[in-house]
Amino acid sequence: MGFFVETLIGGLMAGMLYSLVALGFVLIFKASGVFNFAQGAMVLFAALAMARFAVWIPGWLGIDNALLGNILAFLAAGGLMFAVAWVIERLVLRHLVNQEGATLLMATLGIAYILEGLGTSIFGSDIYKIDIGMPKDPVMILEGTFEGGLLINKEDFVAALIAAVLVGLLTLFFQKTSTGRALRAVADDHQAAQSIGIPLNRIWVIVWCVAGVVALVAGVIWGSKLGVQFSLATVALRALPVVILGGLTSVPGAILGGLIIGVGEKLSEVYLGPHIGGGIEIWFSYQLALVFLLFRPQGLFGEKIIDRV
Amino acid sequence: MSREIGEVILDLKNVSLAFGGVKALTDISFDVREHEIRAIIGPNGAGKSSMLNVINGVYRPQQGEIVLRGRRFARMNPYKAAQAGISRTFQNIALFKGMSVIDNIMTGRNLKIRTNLLLQALWWGPARREELAHRAKVEEVIDFLEIQHIRKTPVGRLPYGLQKRVDLGRALAMEPSILLLDEPMAGMNVEEKQDMCRFILDVNDQFGTTIVLIEHDMGVVMDISDRVVVLDYGKKIGDGDPDAVRSNPEVVSAYLGAGH
Amino acid sequence: MLYRENGQFKTSYADDQQIFPIAQDRWLIIGLLVFAFIGVPLLVDEYLFRAILIPFLILSLAALGVNILVGFCGQITLGAGAFMAVGAYAAYNFHIRVDGMPLLVSFLLGGLTSALVGIFFGIPSLRVRGLYLAVATLAAQFFTDWVFLRVPWFTDNASSGSVSVSNLHILSWEIASPLDKYLFCLALLTVFALAAKNMTRCAVGRQWMAIRDMDVAAEVIGIRPMFAKLSAFAVSSFYVGIAGALWGFIHLASWEPAAFSVDRSFQLLFMVIIGGLGSVMGSFFGAAFIVILPIALNQFLPALGGLFGMTISTAGISHAELIIFGALIIFFLIKEPHGIARLWSTGKEKLRLWPFPH
Repeated sequence: MGFFVETLIGGLMAGMLYSLVALGFVLIFKASGVFNFAQGAMVLFAALAMARFAVWIPGWLGIDNALLGNILAFLAAGGLMFAVAWVIERLVLRHLVNQEGATLLMATLGIAYILEGLGTSIFGSDIYKIDIGMPKDPVMILEGTFEGGLLINKEDFVAALIAAVLVGLLTLFFQKTSTGRALRAVADDHQAAQSIGIPLNRIWVIVWCVAGVVALVAGVIWGSKLGVQFSLATVALRALPVVILGGLTSVPGAILGGLIIGVGEKLSEVYLGPHIGGGIEIWFSYQLALVFLLFRPQGLFGEKIIDRV
Repeated sequence: MSREIGEVILDLKNVSLAFGGVKALTDISFDVREHEIRAIIGPNGAGKSSMLNVINGVYRPQQGEIVLRGRRFARMNPYKAAQAGISRTFQNIALFKGMSVIDNIMTGRNLKIRTNLLLQALWWGPARREELAHRAKVEEVIDFLEIQHIRKTPVGRLPYGLQKRVDLGRALAMEPSILLLDEPMAGMNVEEKQDMCRFILDVNDQFGTTIVLIEHDMGVVMDISDRVVVLDYGKKIGDGDPDAVRSNPEVVSAYLGAGH
Repeated sequence: MLYRENGQFKTSYADDQQIFPIAQDRWLIIGLLVFAFIGVPLLVDEYLFRAILIPFLILSLAALGVNILVGFCGQITLGAGAFMAVGAYAAYNFHIRVDGMPLLVSFLLGGLTSALVGIFFGIPSLRVRGLYLAVATLAAQFFTDWVFLRVPWFTDNASSGSVSVSNLHILSWEIASPLDKYLFCLALLTVFALAAKNMTRCAVGRQWMAIRDMDVAAEVIGIRPMFAKLSAFAVSSFYVGIAGALWGFIHLASWEPAAFSVDRSFQLLFMVIIGGLGSVMGSFFGAAFIVILPIALNQFLPALGGLFGMTISTAGISHAELIIFGALIIFFLIKEPHGIARLWSTGKEKLRLWPFPH
């Protein structure tokens, strides 16, 4: 029982990270109808920037305070992601208004290639570490409840906490600020939002900025856990079933979907893996999402589509 | 007149339809006789299009049944309806935008295609002959609707009035016994309306096709239809020949507002 | 003035329904085929066969399959690589497990297996559409990636996970030299392209397009969405499966599952979008573009660097390739979202009117 709960908690924490990446998808899809395949490349790009800036900036400025260096690097990487968002809107999205979903999806794949190429040419293609002082040691908790206690990775715990805080902040941003309201208006109906004077282009830049920050946070957490390397770009593919499960347009869906997929992956790997061979978690989550779609085509919280003729 | 109004061919019994909590149709019954032109009228949002959608199975009513030539359908679906000889046009033109006029009308022949995929892939004897035979049929429809000059044009490029005509053509290519027309004349100018009226009457006259029609232009409705159903807020408030409907006080107040 | 249809009168519907109703088009395509079968073998060296022509032919076939599903039936797929893998591994297993199995029959069986798997993974399309479906097709991709990597039976228990074939022949024709391989692929592609053209101009093609353009209306006029969608999945997977078998047997001769990864799926989708959705011709344009672009960049970039006195490292070239590839794709999508095929047909329209602008 203790082992099961441990796996469950491990799954929930991994799931929180999936939620974070999925959130990036959902934000952009809601506001612009773009299915952003470049989200994974953005995570990679942001993480690379963070990892290198954390080394370069203290070198340039002669700072040897690790915390200050990390903060500056984070800010610089955030600024870079803003610039990326602005360029993407200027050079790509603006020219593709009203194109079909497939075309937009291809365009984001193009963006992904560019970001991957740029990231590795500017920042190099080795494996880098991000050290933001995350606690690495595992702890035992609830020794009274379960026999032998539960072994929890502190790092996972902190990461999940950060992710939860970010999700909370985003929710506040969407619900309480006027920019958030404008974003929701655009999400509901582009033309109607435009007609009451919401500047579509600026909204898109903001959304991509927010998605950039989300990517940065996700990149930092993943990077500090596993190191920054090219394979980080594929994290987007891991997060896709999450979006499908939760519904493309739903923020709570992304969070809940992430948790479900995280838990599903871990449980399947631990309990199913030994019987049919390892490495099943990547397709298992897709099958999970697929089966789910057959019963609820719009995902957990997606909007139901009614056909009119 | 060659046509003679016959037996009841389509009978709707106590149909109710709701979307979530919104009632679109409440307990509606009416019948359609063979060869007649039956109009459904009513103010906006009265449930006219929903009614057509129920008849050919796009919407599934929560209650009620449809009796078609003595066969009862608790649940119709569009494919079954098409097989039973019901075809229709759409209010907001639902043509296949990426295809030419001829291909659009050819899709109407789909139920009559007999050869299989493999023969079609090889363009082999029977498939080729069949394709050409259907093409000849489709050309008849094209002649009938006087749209020869645009047969190769992608429908997306056509003006609205012609698109409506192609929509009718696609429905006619099915050689239907019942034809449902959802506002065939909406948004047309007088000339186009006259053409469309002529086509509808000709179809009814020459092929004996039963027609169920939704239309807002009262002049047209009263002129061409044999009997009229009036809906308001999803309820039936009148039914009968045009004169009877015109003098029905409930219908008058639905159209002009209360107090008249 | 050369490209005119004046004076070419059609006296029957059969004449009017030819694949190329304009005589000049017919001659052009016949000329092209003659050139491809006779001229090219006389002119081209081995490198060109190996590096460009054979991959182009095989990927054209795969792109054609993807185009049937995405361009004609409107069902987006990100899992085409999976069906290439199924085709390749199924053909492989038929080839080695059944004694004396003719090569063509293994290929056909590989394609049919792929079609069956395609139908299975097409079932979600009956419930979901658009981008949801696109992601659902990734399920096929990752599942086959895993199966061919982890289930030893499919690779005949090869310890490295890689399989190889040799000694390919049809009757007494041994397919060994690049020229043989080229001719074999070209012949298959010609047959399948013709079949695809036939399907898309017949009832089944109209069903696919009707579903793509307006599925509710399609059902109302008597098209069964289930049949139309699943037949598109089947035919598409069949084509892609055959292409996969060719890719494994003819182009690579020895391969691992990574040859059919998700990158391959993206690549195929690029081909049909850049080439032109819903156009048989477009599949060829797209395949040519995607096959030639990286090779051209590879040749061109170091030369460009040399011009400015820079030497670009190999890693630098591969990064620059990514960037330029991405940029070109975006440029293309912005400038001509309907693909090269649209450029082609506007060009032809212009030519018909030439020398008068209107």
